[in-house]
Amino acid sequence: MSHLTELAAIILFGIGFTLLLVDRNLIKKIIGFSMTDSGMYLYLAAKGYITGRKAPIVVNGVTEMEAYINPIPAGLVLTGIVVSVASSAVMLALTVRLYRRYGTLNIDEIADRAGRAGKEDA
Amino acid sequence: MQVLMILLLVLVIACALAVALTKNLLTAAVVFMTQSLALSVIWLILESPDLGITEAAVGAGVDSLLLFATLKKIRAIDASIRRKEEDGHGEAP
Amino acid sequence: MAKLRENLPSSRWGRFLRWLREGDDVLDRSMAEALEAPAPAPADALVPLPIPRRLTRTRQRNLTRMEKRLRALYVVTAVLICSGIIALLLVTTAGLPDFGDPDNPANNEVPRHYIEKGLEETGAVNIVAGMILDYRAFDTLGESNVLFVAVCAVIILLRLHSGDPRERLRDEADERSREPGHDIILQVVAALIIPLILLFGVYVILNGHLSPGGGFSGGAVMGAALILFQLAFGERHTARFFTFRTFRIVSVLALGFYASAKAYSFFTGANHLPSFITPGIPGKIFSAGLIPYLNIAVGMVVCCTMYALYSLFRKGDV
Repeated sequence: MSHLTELAAIILFGIGFTLLLVDRNLIKKIIGFSMTDSGMYLYLAAKGYITGRKAPIVVNGVTEMEAYINPIPAGLVLTGIVVSVASSAVMLALTVRLYRRYGTLNIDEIADRAGRAGKEDA
Repeated sequence: MQVLMILLLVLVIACALAVALTKNLLTAAVVFMTQSLALSVIWLILESPDLGITEAAVGAGVDSLLLFATLKKIRAIDASIRRKEEDGHGEAP
Repeated sequence: MAKLRENLPSSRWGRFLRWLREGDDVLDRSMAEALEAPAPAPADALVPLPIPRRLTRTRQRNLTRMEKRLRALYVVTAVLICSGIIALLLVTTAGLPDFGDPDNPANNEVPRHYIEKGLEETGAVNIVAGMILDYRAFDTLGESNVLFVAVCAVIILLRLHSGDPRERLRDEADERSREPGHDIILQVVAALIIPLILLFGVYVILNGHLSPGGGFSGGAVMGAALILFQLAFGERHTARFFTFRTFRIVSVLALGFYASAKAYSFFTGANHLPSFITPGIPGKIFSAGLIPYLNIAVGMVVCCTMYALYSLFRKGDV
């Protein structure tokens, strides 16, 4: 049972994805999207870990490869975390504008009122 | 360390389930913040301290703060709409 | 929800279609028509806009039985599909190499080069920082760019000083709860703790190539300090040192410096110009070539971005 971290990452991804698809509240959808991202980062970073080795910061001038973990997935995930917060911010701004326009956070109601508004204006 | 890792992973999944099943948005935001915190410690156990600091500052900090700010703004809009409904529709043409 | 545009005959696409059908003189005719059209009427006096009908709290109509059944079917299908995806991923993961195995295919010659030659080629003691700011500096430029574009998008969506003064009156009435309530505990604690947080943020940024941290984490910490300052002391005090102009200047200068320092290799080839900045002695702060300066640039961008995002949500202006 060595793939414990990957298992948790996949379950987190699944819960986030289900939340994104099923829940009708816009804010819960955004939280689900963010959770999906976190699950993917956990999976990536677990691929870089090597048992028994230390973090990739050079101590005492030891520069053999056998002393450190793989640094590449950590670099990729670092970029990903910041991009995830940026896209969350844009989605939340869109939610605020939608709420100001339609008065509800329920996506079925928004589609309904938008459809009715379209029929009124046309 | 293995036991701590298992506990933290169980905490992360429990927080995810709690966010999925609650209806109160404020609860969801706070539990999401807790999940970020647990994830930050997991990064440290996986020997990536850069990710740990960044997740703690960004995930448990700014990301959750934006959620709270959005909720506050939505309630603010909600309160002002109700106020205008109460005293605006009485007089306006 | 696609509506036909009202000005289709006089828009560019409409004119192009007419030109296709009829020939050249239709363009001259439509230009003459556009020049003769009367100017639009001036705006009314400053009366706040009435709230549109659809914003009032209508009761949610009850779902019909058919819709309830469809909704349940949708939920069941979605859960089944997600469970299928999870099962597929689990089966795939079981076939992957073990967790933490040194013989993973991911540990090939690329990490070997980064770890073994990283210290002498980049001079950075933190191998990850040296990797993302020297070997793979272009990815970090893309990421700073994404942050910048995200703030631009949020400014477009949320910035309150629009051209229409009536809308501004209505929005200002909504945003009345901006000033703090003279919370004495918060102000005293914030006055004690904000310098420490800023100092810690500066430390993390400057030591990005020597210890864990770097531009992103340090920038986020400094942004959090600025957010606390605005929460405790209000926007009037914050506007003394951080306005929209400051944000613009700092962001553009930092991003411009980063781009000009690392993106000229489109023109000179994959190896940069021979650099006169030596890696220096590893372990000192001013070593590792350009990395401390790039860290500072990235830290500035991230700090301004985090504060600007929060401030746009809270009061509609940076």
